[in-house]
Order: sequence, then C-alpha cells, then structure tokens
Amino acid sequence: MIEIKDIHKSFGDNDVLKGISGKFNPGITNLIIGGSGSGKTTLLKCMIGLHHPEKGSVAYDGRDFTQLNTEERIEIRKEIGMLFQGSALFDSMTVEENIMFPLNMFTDQSRSEKLDRVNFCLDRVNLDGKNKLFPAELSGGMKKRVGIARAIAMNPKYLFCDEPNSGLDPKTSIVIDELIKEITEEYNTTTVVVTHDMNSVMGIGDYIMFLHEGKKFWEGSNKEIAKTDIQELNDFVFASRFMKAAKDKF
Amino acid sequence: MNFTNFGRYILLLKAAFKRPEKWKIYIKAIFQQMDFIGVGSLGLISIISTFIGAVMTLQIAFQLVSDFIPKTIIGSVNRDSSILELSPTISAIVLAGKIGSAISSEIGTMRVTEQIDALEIMGINAPGYLILPKIIAGITMVPILVIISMVLSITGGYLGGTLSGAVSPAEYIQGITTDFNPFTIAVALVKAFVFGFIITSVPAYEGFYVKGGALEVAQASTRAVVVSCISILACDYIVTQLML
Repeated sequence: MIEIKDIHKSFGDNDVLKGISGKFNPGITNLIIGGSGSGKTTLLKCMIGLHHPEKGSVAYDGRDFTQLNTEERIEIRKEIGMLFQGSALFDSMTVEENIMFPLNMFTDQSRSEKLDRVNFCLDRVNLDGKNKLFPAELSGGMKKRVGIARAIAMNPKYLFCDEPNSGLDPKTSIVIDELIKEITEEYNTTTVVVTHDMNSVMGIGDYIMFLHEGKKFWEGSNKEIAKTDIQELNDFVFASRFMKAAKDKF
Repeated sequence: MNFTNFGRYILLLKAAFKRPEKWKIYIKAIFQQMDFIGVGSLGLISIISTFIGAVMTLQIAFQLVSDFIPKTIIGSVNRDSSILELSPTISAIVLAGKIGSAISSEIGTMRVTEQIDALEIMGINAPGYLILPKIIAGITMVPILVIISMVLSITGGYLGGTLSGAVSPAEYIQGITTDFNPFTIAVALVKAFVFGFIITSVPAYEGFYVKGGALEVAQASTRAVVVSCISILACDYIVTQLML
C-alpha cells in the first residue's frame, strides 16, 4: 500500500499541489485523474521521488520515502516499476536489452535465466519474438507494451503508469488498460495510473482520485463516478458529447 | 559558467564518481565509449594533424628566410610546436566539437525523453552510469589520440617540407632529432589528460540538465562546445604556465 499525506509542491509562485492525501491499495487499479495542469503528473513524480515535496509524506508499506537517504531510496526503487508517457525506452538498446537492463544491474542471474525472464515478460505483453528490434522500429502501442515488460521485469511491488494511453488509438488503449489491470491483479501490485482517458476511468478505475486545481476534489470508484453531482468532476468526466449522452442513457 | 552552474557541475561530478552498481556493466560501457571517442575520432585527427604539420613546415620555411638560420630549425620548431601546442590543443578543440556535441545531445535527448528518469526510478545512479564511462574513456583516449597526432603532425611536416622543396629530408630529420627535450611530451600528455576530462564532463553536464525539447537540446549542445573550447584554452594556459 502507498499512503500519501498532505503533499504540497510548488514551482516558484505556482502552488501545484495544495495538501493532497490518500491511500492506494494493492491488487486494484488506482487512477489519478484531472484536467491539464491539475497536478496529477506532479503528484506522481512526488510519489516516486523525481520531485521533492515541500511538505507531506509518501509511505511505501509504512516506509516514509521522503525521509529516506539516497541508499535507502534505492532499495525502494528496486521495488518500483514505471511506465512513462513516452515509454522512455533506451534508444541504443534492443527490446531484449531494455528489459534485461534492470536484471543486469541488480541480479546475479545467469544469462539464460535473464533471457527466460525477458521472454516471459515479452510473452506477458504479447510481444514474443520481438527481442532484437530497436525502439525506433516499434509502433507507439508496442513501445508501451515493451515499457510495461521492462517495468515488470523485476517483479515490482509498486507499478506507476504516466498517461499510458496517450497517443494510442482506442483499441490499443484498451489492450494497454487491460494489461495493466491483469498484471495488477495477477501480482497483487500497488498500481497507480495517471490518466485523463475516460475509457480507462470507466474500464479499470477501481479507485479514482480526482484532482482539481492542485487539490483532491473527489475519490471513489468507476461505478460511483457516474452518479456524482460534483460540478467540477462532471465537467471533466462528461466533457465530451458521447460521454454526456452515455450518462443520460445510463 | 557562473558560480551556480559551477557548483552544480561539481555536484554532478561527485554523483558521477560514486561507486558503480555493477562494475561489469560500467566496464562494458567504458569500452564502448573508448571505441566511440578513440577509434571513432582517429580518422579526423589523423587528417587534421597531417595537414597542420605540413602547413606549419611551409609557413616556418617562409618566415625563416635568412642565410644565418640553418634549415634544420624548421624541423625543430615544427616538432616543438606540434608536441607542445598544436597536437594537444587543436585536437582537443576538434574533439570538443565532435565528441562534446555528441555527448551533450545524447544525454540531453535522454533527459527530455525521460530515459534519465527511467534510470533513476530503477534505482540506478544516472550520473554514474551515463557520465563516468565517458570521462574515463576521455582521459584515456584523448592522450592516445594526441600522441598519434604528434607523430602525424611531424610526419606531415616532413612530407609537406620535402615535397615542396622547402627543406631537404636530411635537414628536417636532423632538425627534429636535435635538442629534443622529452619533458615536452609530459607537458602535452598532462594537457591531453585535462582536455579529455573537459571534453567529456562539460558536455555531459550541459546535457544532463536540459529542460524542454529539441530546441533546448540543440542549444545545450552549442553551449557545451563553446564552454568546452573556452575551458580548454584557459586550462592550456594554466598547464603551460605551471609546467614550463
């Protein structure tokens, strides 16, 4: 479980996060949603230590990440898998080398053991046989899947996904969403997904935290979100005509 | 570089020189960088050094038109100029353009495409993994390139001088072998070592802290070359002052 308490973060005079608290439980897909500039990516970066919050705490199963030194943070980071918005695959490495990279760095496994793990991860994201391709040879959806394969290579306890569907067609987005949900349930990971994709919200949002102007405005599940009467949330979720029509019909 | 940048540069170097997570991977990266910096620059350095040596000989011969000055001086002036200044400094400035811009763009692109964030999330010391192998490769390969450059520059002087008739082969060889001071080689190697460090670490710093996109990566790359060249010239003066 990841617990955040009273997270504050500002850049210059701009207060991006204004005291956000919440709990993200394992085995379910936790979503952070909100409009552009609402602070969701900043919150994610505060949680994984890429930004340092001015105030507040981030606890990974009781271990306060914000109070740890660099060496202690590395131990927690080994338990973290992350899928980046742009996949962040290493350009100079093949798919196989990308997935094997954390295994090379942190395990003493033999080459064949590491290769077995790589093949298992690739099979898990339906990319078996793509070992020798370079990131430049992959489509956007394939890059995301390789990103997921790399994120799960070390059997992470915590999985973070930053806008996993950005730039993908609706069909591929659903494949990625389902993959994230399956992995979360299969390995009981604590998964936190930052998104503004309404298909993801409705499809895999077991727990949803809605941010608005740097504050937590609402939390609940995808079943509850359709029934809320909070104006800001409705404006965000049902902004499109299609979603509005679907709500009216629902 | 203002004081804030210099402070950040020192802190980045401190992070880069932390104990590696796994030496085996770093050693592989060091050899890759040695290949890129050393072998990859050999052709360019060879061409530049040979021509500079040839041109230097012709210019020295042009300026020393006097019956009182023996032509063997042409060889000895070319030798000392090549060893002490032309080979280390011109090579370093050329390498700052070639290697420095490549390092800055590579690391800068990794920054803007979140690849450095990915390394940090994995628990890897990104400055160490990305910068340390480049610095080690720089401080080992640049001195080797400079030695090759010295040899080729003096050889270029021989070819240029004899083919043009400015100096005879015997006079040139007598010139380069007369009154040779081996300490000049030591000075050149110290310069090469310092320049190798600058050529790799300054562009790495510029790339590592890029914010933005393609435009900022390009600007960082330009800045890396400019700052490296100025640093090389400043250090050239300091090392020369201290050692000669």
